[in-house]
Amino acid sequence: MKAPKSWILDYVDVPEGTTTEELTARLTATGLKLEAIESAGADISGPLVVGRVLTRDPEPQKNGKTINWCTVDVGDANGTGEPQGIVCGAHNFEAGDLVVVVLPGGVLPGGFEISARKTYGHVSAGMICSARELGLGEDHDGIIVLPEGAGEPGQDVRGILGLDEEVIELEVNPDRAYGLSLRGIARDVALSVPGASGFRDPALRDTPPADDGGHPVRVEDPTGCPVFVARTVTGFDPAAPTPEFISQRITAGGMRPISLAVDVTNYVMLETGRPIHGYDADKVQGTVVVRRAAAGEKVTTLDGTVRTLAAEDLVVCDDSGPIGLGGVMGGESTEISESTTRVLVESAHWDAVSMFRTGRRHKITSEAGKRNERGADPTICEAAADRVVELLTTYGGATAEPGVTVVGTPPRPPTIRMALDLPARVSGLAVDADTVVRHLEANGCTVDVEGDTLTATPPPWRPDITDPHDLVEEVVRLVGYDTIPSVLPPAPGGRGLTRPQQLRRRIGRTLAGAGWVEVVDFPFVGQGDLDALGLSADDPRRSLLRLSNPLSTEAPAMTTTLLPALLRTAGRNVGLGTSSVAVFETATVTLPHTSEPAPILPVDRRPSDDELATLESALPAQPLHLGLVATGEAEPAGWWGAGRAVAWSDAVEAVRTVADALGLELEVRPASLAPWHPGRCAELRLGDVVVGHAGELHPQVCATFGLPPRSVAAEADLDVLIEHAVHLRPATVFSTYPAAKEDVAVVVDESVPAADVEAALRDGAPELLESIRLFDVYRSEQLGEGRKSLAFALRFRAPDRTLTEQETGAARDAAVALAAERCGAVQR
Amino acid sequence: MSGPNTDFDPVEVAALQPEEVESARDEALAAVAAARDLAELKQVRIDHTGDRSPLALANREIGALPPQARKDAGQRVGQARGAVSKALGERQAVLEAEHEERMLVEETVDVTLPTDRRRRGGRHPITLQSELIADIFVAMGWEIAEGPVVEAEWLNFDALNLGPDHPARTMQDTFWTEPAERHVVLRTQTSPVQARTMLTRTPPIYVACPGRVFRTDEYDATHSPMFHQVEGLVVDEGITMAHLKGSLDHLAAQLFGEGIDTRFRPSYFPFTEPSAEVDVRCFVCRGVDSDACRTCRGEGWIEWGGCGVVNPRVLVACGVDPERYAGFAFGMGIDRSFMFRHSLEDLRPLFEGDVRFSSAFGTEI
Repeated sequence: MKAPKSWILDYVDVPEGTTTEELTARLTATGLKLEAIESAGADISGPLVVGRVLTRDPEPQKNGKTINWCTVDVGDANGTGEPQGIVCGAHNFEAGDLVVVVLPGGVLPGGFEISARKTYGHVSAGMICSARELGLGEDHDGIIVLPEGAGEPGQDVRGILGLDEEVIELEVNPDRAYGLSLRGIARDVALSVPGASGFRDPALRDTPPADDGGHPVRVEDPTGCPVFVARTVTGFDPAAPTPEFISQRITAGGMRPISLAVDVTNYVMLETGRPIHGYDADKVQGTVVVRRAAAGEKVTTLDGTVRTLAAEDLVVCDDSGPIGLGGVMGGESTEISESTTRVLVESAHWDAVSMFRTGRRHKITSEAGKRNERGADPTICEAAADRVVELLTTYGGATAEPGVTVVGTPPRPPTIRMALDLPARVSGLAVDADTVVRHLEANGCTVDVEGDTLTATPPPWRPDITDPHDLVEEVVRLVGYDTIPSVLPPAPGGRGLTRPQQLRRRIGRTLAGAGWVEVVDFPFVGQGDLDALGLSADDPRRSLLRLSNPLSTEAPAMTTTLLPALLRTAGRNVGLGTSSVAVFETATVTLPHTSEPAPILPVDRRPSDDELATLESALPAQPLHLGLVATGEAEPAGWWGAGRAVAWSDAVEAVRTVADALGLELEVRPASLAPWHPGRCAELRLGDVVVGHAGELHPQVCATFGLPPRSVAAEADLDVLIEHAVHLRPATVFSTYPAAKEDVAVVVDESVPAADVEAALRDGAPELLESIRLFDVYRSEQLGEGRKSLAFALRFRAPDRTLTEQETGAARDAAVALAAERCGAVQR
Repeated sequence: MSGPNTDFDPVEVAALQPEEVESARDEALAAVAAARDLAELKQVRIDHTGDRSPLALANREIGALPPQARKDAGQRVGQARGAVSKALGERQAVLEAEHEERMLVEETVDVTLPTDRRRRGGRHPITLQSELIADIFVAMGWEIAEGPVVEAEWLNFDALNLGPDHPARTMQDTFWTEPAERHVVLRTQTSPVQARTMLTRTPPIYVACPGRVFRTDEYDATHSPMFHQVEGLVVDEGITMAHLKGSLDHLAAQLFGEGIDTRFRPSYFPFTEPSAEVDVRCFVCRGVDSDACRTCRGEGWIEWGGCGVVNPRVLVACGVDPERYAGFAFGMGIDRSFMFRHSLEDLRPLFEGDVRFSSAFGTEI
């Protein structure tokens, strides 16, 4: 809400010398937050003065235009006192008129610098200004002609044009709809600025009594439209100009001056907060009827849009059908035009929820709708209508028709019971009963005290006050939020981070320690991303939870995999010249599993556990995933020698490292899954559960994402790993007897996984084998096509004795025997 | 070599003449002293104490002497050998020390060579900021609560006193999932975690809820469709706005430095009443001579978040007895806190994954 300071001070007096900063600081402290203080003429500098046109000589030009060569008296403002020669393209003035002149050296909005320049055969030393050139509105039909007596030639024109006006912009929260009016702002100034006095309510006026002589109105839905006031003026001059103060103030308020009749309704809306609609009375046919629309009915609104109505929309109708969306936007058929001489003024109170729904349904944001959906004061409909009538008669030459139509009565505000000590109990401030009552009354409440309880009736401009806690806020804001003491509440002994929280931190630290860099990506994805991964049509990762209103049509759903975003991130880094990249992300993915709705449960009680369970089961599974992508060098080349390129094994090892940090050992199996290279993809298992995949990316995937060939990736379900993480690990006491080392090389078929051979060797000597490590893989012609030799270092140790050579040999032979049996291994 | 001296006559054996012994000893000592390294000394040892050295040969002649002469000669040769052996030992020690010293000099490397054989990893600064904030709350005895980002509409709105027609719903631009009748949204705030906490636990409740939230904001320097919030919730007997102020002041001081506090301005949030905006004192200028301060743009204060007393309607919907318990809640942006704490004016680097950006923060902020 933008409010010119002078307008606020029309309704309240503040002590001499109160600065705008002081005034707005108090408004902010009591709930109307200052957004900005604007000065209308802030972007104008240099000489801007009153000029009197001495001569005006029209000179037709070759291009068909006629320009006016003028001499203008600008007093001493040009330093010489001589008339100023200026070329002007507008024609709406005569010699003798007072105009607005910007002299060379001046700067107009938009950084437009004025200098004497040669044009159309003259030296034009300055410019005669239009309203638009000064940022005073859209009017560019001609230059501003000041009323006679507005000022003397050479006088600075800023004060006359209101360009020295400070405009205060306030942020108005939904509970302070009154702040959308000068009336409400001035009232808060009176409440909050020290020494302020004399609040003069612009809506407090003597209004003529209702009678039957006005335009006939029938309200068929008094819940939707509790009050409808209609007044009519006749003999209105549609050409009458809008007075400067009105156009300046509504422009300052952020609205565009259109015509006197329209401007006046907007002026009164800003003044009182009461939206008003003006109809061309001659276009309204018969009785005005307010009702709910029939579904499918149509109305063309003022913005030229044909609206198809829903049964809940409130419409204003005449004999022709709907002529407006009540309280939200008027209709085109009865719009005030350049020929309107009779104006029907509607000042009606509407049901806020209906306004909100209609506005949202038809995607209309209007100044009227904004006020009606937050709730305007229903008791001032007559006053607001009367004020409009007054302005139309005063400035538009109109005559008020005698009839005054008033249908309905304002809804009664609630009465609220509150313990007198509630403000103190809620705020932690020592607020006594007298202070509570005084502040509530200052806010406009009617208060009755009985014992330790009070009953308050909020004022009609505060529809938001419904609960005892609302009253508390009104008291505390006037006592002052800045007086609330600072007391740290003593929490009971907490349990610290949960185990999953601790483990997630451990996982992040482990990966960072292993050289991976964490990134954060948006979780949005599209089928195109999944195509890029090469997922098959029936891949479960294609089952996406779609958004109704995605920001991008390319990524309209919640992702099921972290890889597309990570691959893009890695590609971006490569593009930025970081050729070796190792990135990871931990984030939830969304796996939809149901189409059941999540019920809207009651709020007047705790929902039952069953109800909550139904709600919970409608949500998609959202497991925490780890994703990682690496490319370039795992270890750089350097003075120490060659580097090592990232390999499939780095991706597998990263996930194994994470598992190890959780005390878990993963089983690795060969697998084939997009987006990995079909021969270089590892399935990572925890017992029977597949927790993820890792390996080298498919060459096409690398190409698609702008990554070098042989880039690697992994994705794993961290929830499963965290759930199984080893918590209490029993201590192991290690034997101090000597170890016996044996190296064993076995030959197997190429297709036999090394992990199987290792497992067989391990299982073959379960008691004495302390450790086993594969240290070489060897292929040769001698071994034969499709065969490989795996060399293992075995270490045997007994807990209670030194092993004899025979014992060690027997254990080794047993291990090899099992490998032979299970894997067809042949010892070399 | 002489034959056995059978008649026990003192036979003059040349090698055992005192002059000979002394001469052999002196030669040996001179050779020891002249040895320049361990290899030369080793040769000296062989030449002068080995089996074929003059002193060894002389020693062997002793047995050929008559008994009365043996003692004398033995003593003479023994002393000479002892002197040589001692000199050898001493020289050995000196040369070894010299050798070692020279080796250390010769093994000198250029320690300014690069040593970065391993990639440096790093955690995302927002993760680190979230953990830092969580640690502050945990140190206060609070716990960290969590919930899903794809959330039921009822928990994100209705349970928090944001009914379907509440004007405040237009304050938040919500991502809805398809179809809208399923009433599932991307949470617009971490407040549903508060509702979940109250629904599943009994007071006293002292929790903080950091997490990702979503709004349909176009992505630019100050807006992102995804960002991070932390909210706090306390529900206990006798809780007041003073406790809220105390908790926020404590968080501000822990996060931004001793002496940094907060101020409240009246505001509106459906789930709290009374409600307040909370500003944090600028930790750069501390509100003194703020005009030139870039961090707070001359305000002396930085808008930080929202807070208030939990609306009793919310307590009722979440099964907490509003007659017995009161609560407060607050929320602020983690990204935003990070931005002014670390002088970042454009939030986009947080979400664009440039490894240079994250790496710079290492594993701690």
